[in-house]
Formats: sequence, structure tokens, C-alpha cells
Amino acid sequence: MIHSLFLVNASGDIFLEKHWKSVVSRSVCDYFFEAQERATEPENVPPVISTPHHYLISVLRHRIYFVAVIQSEVPPLFVIEFLHRVVDTFQDYFGVCTEAAIKDNVVVVYELLEEMLDNGFPLATESNILKELIKPPTILRTMVNTITGSTNVGEQLPTGQLSVVPWRRTGVKYTNNEAYFDVVEEIDAIIDKSGSTITAEIQGVIDACVKLTGMPDLTLSFMNPRLLDDVSFHPCVRFKRWEAERILSFIPPDGNFRLLSYHVSSQNLVAIPVYVKHNITFREGSSQGRFDLTLGPKQTMGKAVEAVLVSSQLPRGVLNANLNPSQGTYTFDPVTKLLTWDVGKINPQKLPSLKGTMSLQAGASKPDENPTINIQLKIQQMAISGLKVNRLDMYGEKYKPFKGIKYMTKAGKFQVRT
Amino acid sequence: MLDSNKDALKLEAMKRIVAMIARGKNASDLFPAVVKNVACKNIEVKKLVYVYLVRYAEEQQDLALLSISTFQRGLKDPNQLIRASALRVLSSIRVTIIVPIMMLAIKEAASDMSPYVRKTAAHAIPKLYSLDPEQKDQLIEVIEKLLADKTTLVAGSVVMAFEEVCPERIDLIHKNYRKLCNLLIDVEEWGQVVIINMLTRYARTQFLNPNINEGGGGDKTFYCSDEDEDEDEEKEKQPYVMDPDHRLLLRNTKPLLQSRNAAVVMAVAQLYFHLAPKAEVGVIAKALVRLLRKICQFISIILNNFLFRLLQGMFEPYLKSFYIRSTDPTQIKILKLEVLTNLANETNISTILREFQTYIKSMDKDFVAATIQAIGRCATNIGEVRDTCLNGLVQLLSNRDELVVAESVVVIKKLLQMQPEKHSDIIKHMAKLTDNIQVPMARASILWLIGEYCEHVPKIAPDVLRKMAKSFTNEEDIVKLQIINLAAKLYLTNSKQTKLLTQYVLNLAKYDQNYDIRDRARFIRQLIVPTEKSGALSKYAKKLFLALKPAPVLESPFKDRDHFQLGSLSHLLNAKAGGYQELPDWPESAPDPSVRNVEVKESVRAVGTVTYRDTGAPRAQQTEGSRGCSFPRAVEQSSEDDRKRDRKIKEQKSNSESESDEDSESESSQSESSDTESEVEVKKKKKVRHPDVSFQTIAPSSALKNYELLHRITGEGLSVEYCFSRQAFSPDANMVAVQMHFTNNATSDTKNLHIEDVKLQSGMRVKEFAEIELLPAGEATTAVMGVDFCDSTQAANFQLCTHTRKFFVSIQPPVGELMRPVFLTENEFKKEQSQLMGMNEISENLTLDAKCRNEHAIVQRVTTAANLSRVPCGSDKECRFAGKTVTSGSLVLATVATKDEGAAQLTVNCEKMVIGTMLVKDLLLALTQ
Repeated sequence: MIHSLFLVNASGDIFLEKHWKSVVSRSVCDYFFEAQERATEPENVPPVISTPHHYLISVLRHRIYFVAVIQSEVPPLFVIEFLHRVVDTFQDYFGVCTEAAIKDNVVVVYELLEEMLDNGFPLATESNILKELIKPPTILRTMVNTITGSTNVGEQLPTGQLSVVPWRRTGVKYTNNEAYFDVVEEIDAIIDKSGSTITAEIQGVIDACVKLTGMPDLTLSFMNPRLLDDVSFHPCVRFKRWEAERILSFIPPDGNFRLLSYHVSSQNLVAIPVYVKHNITFREGSSQGRFDLTLGPKQTMGKAVEAVLVSSQLPRGVLNANLNPSQGTYTFDPVTKLLTWDVGKINPQKLPSLKGTMSLQAGASKPDENPTINIQLKIQQMAISGLKVNRLDMYGEKYKPFKGIKYMTKAGKFQVRT
Repeated sequence: MLDSNKDALKLEAMKRIVAMIARGKNASDLFPAVVKNVACKNIEVKKLVYVYLVRYAEEQQDLALLSISTFQRGLKDPNQLIRASALRVLSSIRVTIIVPIMMLAIKEAASDMSPYVRKTAAHAIPKLYSLDPEQKDQLIEVIEKLLADKTTLVAGSVVMAFEEVCPERIDLIHKNYRKLCNLLIDVEEWGQVVIINMLTRYARTQFLNPNINEGGGGDKTFYCSDEDEDEDEEKEKQPYVMDPDHRLLLRNTKPLLQSRNAAVVMAVAQLYFHLAPKAEVGVIAKALVRLLRKICQFISIILNNFLFRLLQGMFEPYLKSFYIRSTDPTQIKILKLEVLTNLANETNISTILREFQTYIKSMDKDFVAATIQAIGRCATNIGEVRDTCLNGLVQLLSNRDELVVAESVVVIKKLLQMQPEKHSDIIKHMAKLTDNIQVPMARASILWLIGEYCEHVPKIAPDVLRKMAKSFTNEEDIVKLQIINLAAKLYLTNSKQTKLLTQYVLNLAKYDQNYDIRDRARFIRQLIVPTEKSGALSKYAKKLFLALKPAPVLESPFKDRDHFQLGSLSHLLNAKAGGYQELPDWPESAPDPSVRNVEVKESVRAVGTVTYRDTGAPRAQQTEGSRGCSFPRAVEQSSEDDRKRDRKIKEQKSNSESESDEDSESESSQSESSDTESEVEVKKKKKVRHPDVSFQTIAPSSALKNYELLHRITGEGLSVEYCFSRQAFSPDANMVAVQMHFTNNATSDTKNLHIEDVKLQSGMRVKEFAEIELLPAGEATTAVMGVDFCDSTQAANFQLCTHTRKFFVSIQPPVGELMRPVFLTENEFKKEQSQLMGMNEISENLTLDAKCRNEHAIVQRVTTAANLSRVPCGSDKECRFAGKTVTSGSLVLATVATKDEGAAQLTVNCEKMVIGTMLVKDLLLALTQ
């Protein structure tokens, strides 16, 4: 299983190492650096690298490479999934997962890694359990600790470890009992030149923030559960119940967690919230190109489209862009040739547009590729698939919880080809 | 700072040291100073010292030994967390001298009562194995024992140990196969991966290939055969019937496809791929496509895994998920392209080609090149679109980007080779390109094409050769070789026009810097230019050069990985990784399925291991009414008391109510909603009342605590309670007598009440009670059975069978019942006690409960909690008790010394540490509450 872990920052320094079995020299990372040099972009580093004695499996998150060293056969996804879990845990503990945060909390990181893996095999990865073992650092606790000399390591075995509900700790107490659910949907779409949809699908997740006392047993039902095409659950959800009745029945972990993620693929269900009129042309011979872009709302059920951000990778030949936005601001980076236009909110009465010219390299021939346009947007209070939560019930506890649900639609990988 | 006596300073020092370790600096000089602190009370310091120890113990073996005794003490600690962490660290410090100590510790921990400690023991096994492989045999014993463990916590870890230590001992799995299948869903994610991979291998050795009848028309029928066995006889060939266990595995793993953990999904996918009948493999596609969307890195690995084996149609509905976005990293783009190419067939080729057209315009040139190749592959695979593709590619030849053109040329060359007759105009077009294209590979391809099909373009070929001859010296090696080839071929077909040119080229080549080219020139000259000496070969020159070449097959670079288990590292790398276990072939004939028959079928799921996630609706609802204890196993134990209290309340309620109407028993109480359920329960209680009263008189000692074995609801009317009668069990002195009261609350008689299928930890034994022939409705009876608990508090599990049903029940003894009283005099007591000092003595200070300050109360409470007898004592401040454990007869001595104001000290001396610590706990509880 996993022998060692190295954390490598963007500049190629190993700033943390941890070994679960015999020490593996950090020179093993040279192979990784080699591969890194060969790759043109950071994401292009192959996830699995084979070296004479070891295999390196790496994950890039937050500009940090997590390089795991393994020696024998193990499913690569096992390692990758675990590394992602490590990153998630760090993020959970420190708010951000940056080099600085890890360096500041190196002891906590070490304690965490020690608990998460034993002899290379995952031991406790559930954040509820870890938090009982090692309390996350907060400013208050740091102060208290320095004054009283107490520790942030739990002395008791987490009760969750032993029960059949390992994801929930026992003895949770809140004065305000609340359960919030966020339904967040992302539209992945490719729109072709003429404006017709080539592919469109919705990735949805329900993130929950549950702060309830005791051992509540929740059921969540949907108005239209058939919509959900492909679901994956948090381990707490009871499969059988879902299969039989399409009801989510679960004992929630304490705090934030992702209850389920789903997918809506049938194309007729996927509404495209915005349309783009574009006219990007380069004339043969002249060193000018026209750029003309207009956005407009399409099927938004009356909700405002907000936080719209348009970005486009212009061809290499473009030297500069001289554009005029009707609203918002635009930037053009002449080095990376990346054009971004921060539109903001779309006003259906006055459609935002970006018009102007691009200057090309003198003498260069007309670029033969047309840029693709990536769009980011947000629509509050609406799940684009039309998914609706029907009701949330709680069993097993006496009090009345405060329940809340929020819908949100975002653009995921929303691309318009021109 | 480490020598300081302030914990805060020590902690600060340890933190700095750990930070050093993390940065990879050597901190081994500090070893002696750090090791001293291993016994530190502060738990964080302790943990950090452990971290340090594990890191450096290997280098400083002698000094590390100093710390061992601390761990040994830790192994006996009553706190399971400390026991576990001591074992963890002990097994992690790789010092060979302590192998025997580790072995002993593992063995002990394997039978620890805390599943967490057992889990740690399972983790320790591979560690010890890697340290000293000679311990294998002993370790296998431990593994075997742990495999029998029923808690989900242990299952994953022990299978992991099994895989590392003795993957070839597949026979160990037999008895646990069904249990593992059933527990699977509740095991933590990482364990699931390991178990699924192991079960895949297991199934490959134990079951028949479900696709064996493939093609023989059996494909459809064997499903039916699974459901209705009647049809079996009608089939001509020996029909394939899936082993029920095989089916069990498939059924139980399927829900895991919806796990959030990619590794689990992948594991299930490979299981289905390797084990399921062809028609069922499709279910994994959806889950896999979901993974693909998640994170780029997953993509490359999953795609790598599945590419070449795409079962046509499996992924086809998800074609559009593989469309490429300009923001994907190149690596992913190329892999997606690969999938699209593989998915292409007659029906969807047009859409795919249209997609490809967009890709060709991409800015990413590597990707464009890959796209062109993909088009070529599509063209070869699907005949109808070949011309379209070819035309499209020819258009690309006018592209301004050289790479694109070059790639197209190469692909066109391959395509043309398949049917050159029709496309002489394309060849002509390409010949013109030689002036412009600079990429050597493309130039070489064009030259080869012209040479090969020079008879189709008789006029142009010599001209091209002329141009090439002119620029020969400036060409790349690969082009030069092709020029020589072209010259040779032309010489053979059209020697009139090209004789001089060929000579010229060959002369140039003769003085080339590259020896390959020189060699080739020499060889060709000998072959084709007729001289006096020219041998027999030159006659065949034409045949040699102008032989019809078979058209190349365009292949994916991802072929030929089929022999590795999907999803494994070896498979990804296409090379055998260390420790890779070959996936065995299906056996010719099925091995005896009865080896797995340890448990009665379907029983496991019934009650024995009620799993959390599977319980689904009915069960959850059933218990929701009664204080949310719907997650059965472990919580159940803790909430048992609560439930009892509940029951009492209900009973009182039922008392207060007056007459009850006689309902017929609704057996389906499980499906009732929680409200009505409790009503039903109340009603039942009322009916029960009479027998209840009556058997209280039968029961010999009402002071004894009654435990519930089978509740009347789950027992469908039959309720069973048991108590430890504290009487010697006459058939076997080493057994604890358990008295059971059966009450039949149902309206019908219960017959043939007996015990079956006893499952015990190793060493334990059970003496069953004689079968109760008949228990009429409303009657009650008692029986006594004996259990040898082997001096541990492990539960004895067995099935209670009636003529209609089987119930899974378990008896777990409190530690106090594992002993029997012995009578000692004061002197004997003191003598024995003095021999059980040190590690065997545990003492605890306590404050006595207000009601329990006199001697009598203390004696009563202690004797209720534990089966001990009082030892006469001179002082009235001390109460002494003595007993012997039932099985091994080890002495158990307890002393309660009272002090002022209710303060007291409890001392227990016992050879068996675990028993001692638990007894202390129980007695403390009894005395303080």
C-alpha cells in the first residue's frame, strides 16, 4: 500500500514528507520532476509514474502535488481517491490547503496523516472521527492551549469508530438545531457555431450542513425523484430505501458533508440559460479582426442571471484587442492571449455586448482556428433541472429542527464554439 | 527542553522535532532524549514521541528497545484507544529483536474484546510479516481467527492482511465468503476495495464462467434458469446455472456502484467485468461515466483501463460525455479521442466525424495530430466512410500548419495502401506537396507512396525523383532512405528514364555520413544494377521491391493489456507490478460449493448481522418509535438498558389501561408505522402479563438480572429471556450455566424449540439444552444451557430454531459471571494476593454511593455484580471477595477498603489482566451508583 507521501510545491520543492513504512529517500521524486519537466502544463503530469523500484502516484490540488510512493500492486484509483481525501481533510481543517497553511500547521498535518493511514492502509478518513481524535486548530483553542498547556488531541476513542454509523460522532449538542441543504447544479454544455446544443448535461450535488443534537434520522423526499439519472451517495444513505421508494433516508454526519451527487443527462431536460451571439472574424491580408459578442438570457424562468464571466483563448496571432463593453470590464492578457470579460448581471432589457477590433501580428496569415468561449454564470434560487425537495422529516429526536433549502445553478464547463 | 518537567515545554520541543522530520531533516541525534518521554502522561507529547519513534527506531534499534516496556504496559491498559495505539506503534517500529513480543501482542489483541483493537491487530499482521516472513504460519492462524470476526470494522483490515500475507490460502475464505458478501456494504470504503478485489479472485477460482454458453443460444436462457429451475430439464446442452453464491456476490456489490469513492466503484466495475454474465456488465457503464466526469485524473486512469476493452454498446449511450472541450488537458483530450474512435460505428460515425472536424481547428497541435490519426482509424474500421474521410484528409493537405499536413499525409498513405487503384489523383496531389512539406516523416511517406504506386503515376514519379535528387544532401536520414527506395523502384519499372538519376542518388548516398544510408545504397546497387557478378538475387529484385504489401491495420496504442486484472496498477502500466496476483482462469468444473456451507443459507442476512445500510425502510421505521436505535449492532448494546427502561414504562402503561380486546396477532408488525406499532406492542404486553407473573415463581432467584435474548416482536410472539443462574452446570464444570425462560405469546403453539448453528470464537463451547418439543400458546418454560466463554466476554452466537422460524441471537456475559466463588481464609487470601502484585493488581479510588456506605450494602452490591464469595476479614474497614474464573480457574481477588466519608479503594488482583480491568470497571459502577 502507500509507502510515503511527498508534498511538492509549484516551484518543485519538497516541503513535507511522511513515511509509513521504511523511509524512502526523497531522491525518488527526481523521476517525478523529470516527468513534470516533460509536461507542458501542470495538469499534464502523468498520474502514475513507474520508476525502477517504486511507483509514484500524484495528484495536483491547489497548486500542490501530492506524490504517493507505492511499492507493490494496489489499485491506482485507491491511492488517488485517498490523496484527494487527504486534501479535503486539510481543507476542512485549515480552511485552505496551501503550502503556507500546511507549513504553519505541520504538527497537526503530521498527526492527521498518522491517523489516516496505518502501515499504508487507510485507517480513519471520516472527518467526524478525525475531528474527535485531533481537534481542528482555531484561534481560540491555540490561545487556550498556550495558556493552559492542554492539547488538541482527543483522549477518548471516537465513539463513531465502533458503531455502525462511523461517520457520526455521538453526544452532539446544539442549542440551535438546524439542517441546511444546498442543491447546486452545474451545466456542462457544448454549443456549436450555429447556436445548437451539441451536448448538455447537468451535474448536481446536494451539500448539507447539519447541526442537530443527538442521533437524528432524517428522510428527504423529492417532488420529482425520477429526474435523477445517476446518483452516488454519501455512505450514510440507505440504498434499499432509495431503490424502493426514492426517498433519501439517513443518519447524517455532523457538520458539512456532501449528501449525494447526481446527474441529469437527457438533453431535453437541460435548459440552456443563456445564448451567445458572436461574430469573430479575421480577414485575410489585413491585420485586423472583428470581435462582436452579445449575451442574452434564454430559459431562466424569470430568475436573474448573475456573476457572468466570459473568457476566451484568442489565437496566438492576436497582438491586442481593442474592445468596448456595454457593461462590465474586460481584460486581455497579451502574453497568454486570454480575454476575460466580467459581465456581472444580465439585464434582459439591455443586453450586454462586447464589440471592437483585434489587431493581429503584421504580416501573419489569418489564424485558422476560431476561439471557443467559456461562460461562467450563477442563477440563484433555481435548480435548472427543476429538481425540488418535497419535505424533510426527522425521526429519533424530540426537538423541532430548523430546516432550510437553497437552490443554485451554475455553469460548469459551458463552452460555445465559434 | 525535553528534559524539562513541564509538559508545555516538552510539547513545544516535540513539535519542533516533528517539523524537522516533516521537512526531511535528520533528527536522529535526539533519539535518547526523545525516547525518555515515551512514558509521558501528556497524550499529545506521547503521540508525537510515537511519530518520532516510528520514524527512527529502525536506525537506532538498541535505544528503541528502551521504549518497549512502555508499550507492553500500554497493551494492558483498560482504555481501548491506548491498547490499540500501543499495538500500532509496537508493530510499527521495525526492530527485529522484538518479533516474538509483537507476535504475542498480536495474538492477544486478536482476541481482544474491542473490535478496534482487533482491527489494529489485523493491521499489525502485515507489518510483522514484512519484518520477519518466517512467522507466516503463526500469522495465518491469527488471520484465520480474525476472518471469522463478524464486525465490519475488522473485515476490511483482515482481508488486507490476508492479501499481503497469504493470498494463496484461498481455502481460508470459504467459510467466510457469505459473511463477507453480506457485510460488504457496511465495511468502510477502503476495506471494500480490498475485499472486492479479493472476492474477484476468489470467485474466479470457485465459480464457473457465466459466459460459457455464449453463442450457443444459452445467453438468454441462463437467466431464466436462475429464477425458475423447472426449465432446466428442457434445455439441450448442459445449461449453466449460476451458483447462488456467485449471484450473492454480484447482487451485494451492485449497490456499491453508487459509492462516492471512485476506488470502490472501479473495484465493483472490474468485478462485474470479470465475473458477471455479458448481459449484466452494462450496469457498470453508467457509474464509470460518472467517475469520468469527476476529476480529470480519474479520467486518464479509468479510460486507460477500459479503452481497449470497450464492449461495443456499453458506453455508446454516453457518447456525448466524451466530447472534448478546449480546456481539457492534452492528455485527456487524446484519451477521449481514443474512446470516441472506439465507439464509432456505422450509425454514429457521421456525428463523430463532425465532432472531429471541429477538433481539427483546435489550437493544440498535438491534439490535432491525434485527431487526424483517429480519423484514419475510423476510416479503416468503417468502410462506408472511407472516401469521406479521405476527402476530408486531402482537404487538410492544404492546411497551413505543417504538422497537420504531415500527419494527414501519413494517415492518407496508410489509407491509400488499402485501395490504391482508385486514388491516383490523390497521389498526384501529394506529389505536388513535396515542394512545400518540410516535415521529414511526411516527406518520407509521400516518397514511399509514389514509389509504391509509381505505375499509377508514371509521369510524375521520375520528376519527383529528379527534384529529390537535387536536394538529397539536405534531407533527413529517413527521407534519404525513402529517396533511395524510390529510386530503386523506379529503376526497376522505368529504367529508361531514371537510370542516370538512380546512379546519381546512389553515388550521393555512398558518401553519406550515416552508415545506414551507405549500407542501403550499397545493397541496392548490388541488387538492381546488373553487373557481371550479380548473383541470383538480382533476378528477384523486382519481386523484392514491388511485392504487394499488405495494408496496415491501424491500431490503438492501447491494445493488448487484457491479461491483467482491470483497475490494477499492473494493468495501467501494462507491466507486472510487485505483488500482483494473477487473476486465475475460470475452472473447468465448479469446485464443491458446499465448502462455503458453514451457515444456513439466507440466515446471515436475516437477523445475525443486521446491516445499517441494508435495513432500508421497514426496520428503520420499526425502531424509530422507540428512541432512534435503528442502527442495530453496536449501538444496540449501549442502548440496551435504555430500551429496558422503555419497556418498563410501557408495561406500566399497559397496567394502567383496563381491559384489552383480543386481537389476532398481526405478524407483519414490522411494516406498521411507528405509532401503530407501539400500540400493538402495548396490546401484546397485556396478553403477556399472566404468564409473566406465573414464571416469576418458577425462576429460582429473582434477584438475578434478567437479560433479553429475543424480543416478542422480533420473535413473532416468542420471547426469551436469560439469566446467569450462578449454579454449577453439572454436565461440564467449565461452563457457565445460563438459564433461559421461554414464553410463547403467540396464538399458535411453538414446536421443536432447539439451538442450531452455534458460532463461537475459537475455544468456546456450548452445551445445548434439550429440544423443547412443544410450547403451547400462552405458556412459559425454562431450560438451562451451558456455555464455556473461555474467560472472555465474547458473545456466544447461535440460532434459536422453532419449527417455522430461525432467530439469530447472542449471549454476552458480563465479566462478573465468568467466575465462581471460592472460599478462602484470610491468610490464604493474603498469601494469594501477595503473589498477584504488580502488573496483576489494579486499584482504583472511588466515592461510594450514599446508599452504599455500610458493609452489608457493599457486600450485596459486589456479589450482585460479580459471582464472588466473601472472605472473612478481621477489619471492618475492608471487605474481601474471592473467586475463580470458570474456565481456567485463575484466582480473582477483590478488596474494598472503606475510608472516611464514603471514600474507598477498590483493589482487584487477577492473573488475567483483561478480566481484572473489566471487573474493576463493573464493580466501580456497581458501588458508585
